[in-house]
Amino acid sequence: MAGLVTAFGSGAMTNSIQEIDNTACFFNIGTNTTHAHPIIGHRIRRAVNNGAKLIVANPKEIELARHADLFIQHQPGSDVVLMMGMARVILEEGLHDEAFIAERTENFAAFKESLAEFTPEYVTELTGVPWAQIQAAARMYATNTPSAIYYAMGITQHTHGTDNVMATANLALLTGNVGRASAGVNPLRGQNNVQGACDLGGLPNVYPGYQKVADPNMQKKFEEAWDVKLSPENGLTHVEIFNAMYEGDIKAMYLVGENPLLTEANANHVQEALERVEFLVVQDLFMSETAAYAHVILPAASFAEKDGTFTNTERRAQRVRQAIPPRGNSRPDWWITAQIGQRMSDHGFDFNAPQEIMAEVNQVTPIYGGITYERLEDVNGLQWPCPTTDHPGTQFLHQGKFARGKGHFSPLHYKPPFEQTDDDYPLLLTTDRSLFHWHSGSMTHRVAGLDVLNSEELLLIHPQDAAAQGIADGEMVAVASRRGALSVRAKVTDVCLPGVVSMTFHFPEAPTNVLTSSALDPVAKIPETKVAAVRIEKLAELV
Amino acid sequence: MEKIKLTIDGLEIEAEAGTSVLDAALANDIYIPHLCHHPDLKPVGACRLCGVDVNGRMEMSCLLPVREGLDVKTNSPEVGATRQVAIELLLADHPQGCLSCGASLQCELLHIADHIGVDGERIERLRRPSEPLPIDNSNPFFSFDPNKCVLCGICVRTCEDIVGLGVLDFVNRGSRTVIGTFGNEPFIDSICESCGECVVRCPVGSLAPKRWQRPSHEVQSTCVYCGVGCGIYLGVKGDQVVSVRADRERPSNQGSLCVKGRYGYNFINHKDRLTTPLIKKEGQFVEATWDEALDLVAEKFADYKGSEFAALASAKCTNEDNYLIQKFTRAVMQTNTVDHCARL
Repeated sequence: MAGLVTAFGSGAMTNSIQEIDNTACFFNIGTNTTHAHPIIGHRIRRAVNNGAKLIVANPKEIELARHADLFIQHQPGSDVVLMMGMARVILEEGLHDEAFIAERTENFAAFKESLAEFTPEYVTELTGVPWAQIQAAARMYATNTPSAIYYAMGITQHTHGTDNVMATANLALLTGNVGRASAGVNPLRGQNNVQGACDLGGLPNVYPGYQKVADPNMQKKFEEAWDVKLSPENGLTHVEIFNAMYEGDIKAMYLVGENPLLTEANANHVQEALERVEFLVVQDLFMSETAAYAHVILPAASFAEKDGTFTNTERRAQRVRQAIPPRGNSRPDWWITAQIGQRMSDHGFDFNAPQEIMAEVNQVTPIYGGITYERLEDVNGLQWPCPTTDHPGTQFLHQGKFARGKGHFSPLHYKPPFEQTDDDYPLLLTTDRSLFHWHSGSMTHRVAGLDVLNSEELLLIHPQDAAAQGIADGEMVAVASRRGALSVRAKVTDVCLPGVVSMTFHFPEAPTNVLTSSALDPVAKIPETKVAAVRIEKLAELV
Repeated sequence: MEKIKLTIDGLEIEAEAGTSVLDAALANDIYIPHLCHHPDLKPVGACRLCGVDVNGRMEMSCLLPVREGLDVKTNSPEVGATRQVAIELLLADHPQGCLSCGASLQCELLHIADHIGVDGERIERLRRPSEPLPIDNSNPFFSFDPNKCVLCGICVRTCEDIVGLGVLDFVNRGSRTVIGTFGNEPFIDSICESCGECVVRCPVGSLAPKRWQRPSHEVQSTCVYCGVGCGIYLGVKGDQVVSVRADRERPSNQGSLCVKGRYGYNFINHKDRLTTPLIKKEGQFVEATWDEALDLVAEKFADYKGSEFAALASAKCTNEDNYLIQKFTRAVMQTNTVDHCARL
């Protein structure tokens, strides 16, 4: 998100899902779209069947690669190099949009200069991709407009994730593929309401609507709106929080609807942090692996048992409606938080229904100013920015003018992943998602059929690497990284490159994130879960 | 849009240029039997049931675009006879046992037979002895019974044109033609993604969900899984969610769902759900009332205001839930340390 804010002034998807139908070229990098965002995947496949071009760049031969005009299987962590290589081709062959660059962007000269080091030899060596393929990708992306870039965690979950994102933005600025329908840069948001959780201030550096904590005017605004004194200091991010818990600096936690013991990078460290915390309150649907460490567990109602709104990946706020009563004595999350708030404060938490909360959101959040329950009765929902009740919402961003004014080119250089292989840990593990499961599986493992369709964790390993260790298809193996170890069944397949192995992280029996690294991107503070050095051994030999 | 005037069975109707006579008729509440037509798919004219008479010539109404002044008869003797034979042949090749069939009241074949009127004895005379084909029960969510299949091809076109995957096709030739996956392998061994788009469009219950209960009512909502935000209808019976159906009007999904969205709802009613607040006492979780649990939380949290406190909001919760969590953290706990799993 930080990368797109730097380039465009907003971190959200620039386009809408419906614009997929008219996109002429898709560049999907670091997204297993048909598994992680299936209906967007359907729509892209459909567009491709109708003649659109598709470039897929992924270290793993994902399902969507079967439908691609061009599939680029680059080395994990070489995304910046790949995209800077493409930018170089676009410029050298004069495929850039000069008028767009002149009118709507800044810092082009510095960016152009930074391309010098990305020679064909350099790019090919670091990405492992033939130069001719990079040329073909550049031409396809630049000459079939409107073209749109789609990416997900494969771009962001690196120590240089912000650079990766800026590389996507550079390509869009270079070719003028942003600020109009069907052309843009689209980070696919993973969870149903990850967009909304960000929009409504579930972040340590911004109040609702991305209004900065560090801005004294914003502090004053919220102090007046909430009638309290507020801290001017940015808070800690996810991984930093667990580090602070581990160090004993954070002593109490209110954890709502998450299972970090399985989903957080470097899970053993998280476990030790949870053991040290003095008072942990977990609010969830199920007794999760993490909830076992709680001092108090508060049973939450599911989405079918409460009213509210979710905001999807295209910034569209949509209604969630109560269909059945809460199970047993469970309660909607907003009610629980309001009850705690009422006990600790004499004002500010006296809410009887979600629409009363949204009415307050409307007052303090300009991008949600016009998103009222009354208007959300319309099946189309409303896409922010939607500042007033007569505003129709915004289908695509940056039309005529970027949110930050001019589009900003970022000069970039190759930065190797923090995590490097060596003789002890010779293989790179990259994480992926399954179509059939969701995160730690606390919902999907409770749907019997989904467990039939994907019953256990599999380590995907190239035949060459398997042969080197004498590992047969279907055999149980031990996987160890510098942080942890687990055992898992091996699937020998050439969808991975030699030297690269892949796992999902949906199974408590094989908790992949004990292996991954929590080294952070310095700007976005996202952990490097997409690259971990590991070794694989036959199970008998390790013990 | 240009409006075109035409006549169907002596009634003058208006239709938009480019629509088919079948769609124009259906839009005006004039029923013409049809089996291989689906509003989401391009017409193919395969089932030969939607024939109409235009100046003595039979045309398939699903393939016939509306024209100014077109005079259409939906039930001339010639058209009626053709339709009668077509439906009788289909029924003679279709197993009985409608009461236990998943399609039940939604069965298009039943609907058409009812509309045309069929003679049971004639159909039994046409029925030829045949060995039943094996039913594919390999997928956990739906089954495929080739014996009920009418070869309309809606599933084939759905997978190709809507899902963009192309798992299914016609296999074998002539009277042995069936719908099958590549190599006619069981669904579970194919590249099928189990989205069920073909299942919901099957007109006859050949592709049918394994567990189906008609809900007593439906509630419009939004799917809880990924960030696409598909519009859904939750089907309710008693205090249980018993079905999920895609919202055709929602721009994010236009009537489509994936395997998790369509079939992954059993966690809602699952016996493992936490149903009461729990307080840990001497290492064991003990059931508590809401007042006990909330009082304890409020009392304890009061000791950790400022930098000793952290909250993790949730990307699975609603906007309203998240707004309150961050407001509580900032306004009451006096810290901005609130984050969620956006980075994971």
